[in-house]
Amino acid sequence: MSKRKTPGLNTGAMSDISFLLLTFFLLTSSINTEQGIPRKLPPPKTDDTEEQIVDIKRRNVLEVVVNYLDQVSCNGEVIMVSELKDKAKEFFSNPTNSDELPEKQNQLIEGIGDYAVSKGVVSLLNDQGTSYDMYVQVQNELQRAVNELRDETALQYFGKKFSVLDSAAQKSVAKAIPMSISEAPPMDYGAKPAAQ
Amino acid sequence: MSRFKSNNKKETPELNMGSMSDIIFMFLFFFMVITTMREASLKVHFTAPKATEIQKLEKKSLVANIYIGAPINKNENTLPPGEVSVQLNDQTIKAEELVTEVQNFIGTEKESRDADERDKLTFSLKVDKSVQMRYVNTIKQELRKNNALKINYAANKREN
Repeated sequence: MSKRKTPGLNTGAMSDISFLLLTFFLLTSSINTEQGIPRKLPPPKTDDTEEQIVDIKRRNVLEVVVNYLDQVSCNGEVIMVSELKDKAKEFFSNPTNSDELPEKQNQLIEGIGDYAVSKGVVSLLNDQGTSYDMYVQVQNELQRAVNELRDETALQYFGKKFSVLDSAAQKSVAKAIPMSISEAPPMDYGAKPAAQ
Repeated sequence: MSRFKSNNKKETPELNMGSMSDIIFMFLFFFMVITTMREASLKVHFTAPKATEIQKLEKKSLVANIYIGAPINKNENTLPPGEVSVQLNDQTIKAEELVTEVQNFIGTEKESRDADERDKLTFSLKVDKSVQMRYVNTIKQELRKNNALKINYAANKREN
């Protein structure tokens, strides 16, 4: 038996190869995941279901209108986008149980118990000429109002913020503070030639 | 000077490069795992609007993208009056074929997923922030007609 020593492998080139692969994946990778504001569209109209005319009391509707100049109005009053969140929050929570703001209906919700759920609906009306940026900002402010209210409720009943609750508790909180936005068919004033 | 040179017989030991490749491989696997190839080349200018209340979509494989924006190339198909293109998959669509194209797009995207995952398919609207709502509304109408109700307005994170 000859005891020959096996020669050491030269692994220097190995790192070259892996470097090459590494740079390739470095260049092609994109870490950013898909993110955005998720929404659900209403189900399509069918011919056999007649258009339901839902009678909603005036006090239960927050009318948000965005015109083609990206100006926002809320219940007929021109406001800045930054003011919309507080308006929406006040609308959904109705802290003083005022007659002007939405009614509440008591519901039994799992994990929370009896809770006065607001009947408020935000009616969002856009112009065809509204910029997408403004549309997203408005959606964002409305979402922010709901998220803050959900956080408050979650802290009150579960002692944690909404985002860290388990899914069952999240469901109950979401039931207590529903996100109800109804989008009206857009108007098209921007397309008309500007009045002199 | 000579005394500094006196013990110069010692050679510097060779560096062991073996573990270097281990480290590189670790990097390599990291990037391989997180990587996703860009599946479609963009034909439209697209800058996402910024928002604070954004959420991450759960599964990237359950997302289909619809791009709307000003065309990069002048001879792309546009919607009237000719400033905005809609891109599905790899090409911009013609205005007169919009209805069928969107329908086909939704159909093929749904078919390529498993039956139990079809309801979770999200259509991510990647719309340039300067685009007027009329184009977005047209697409939304078509999505609604074709029962593709889960949508997402793509936006980037902004701190207040």
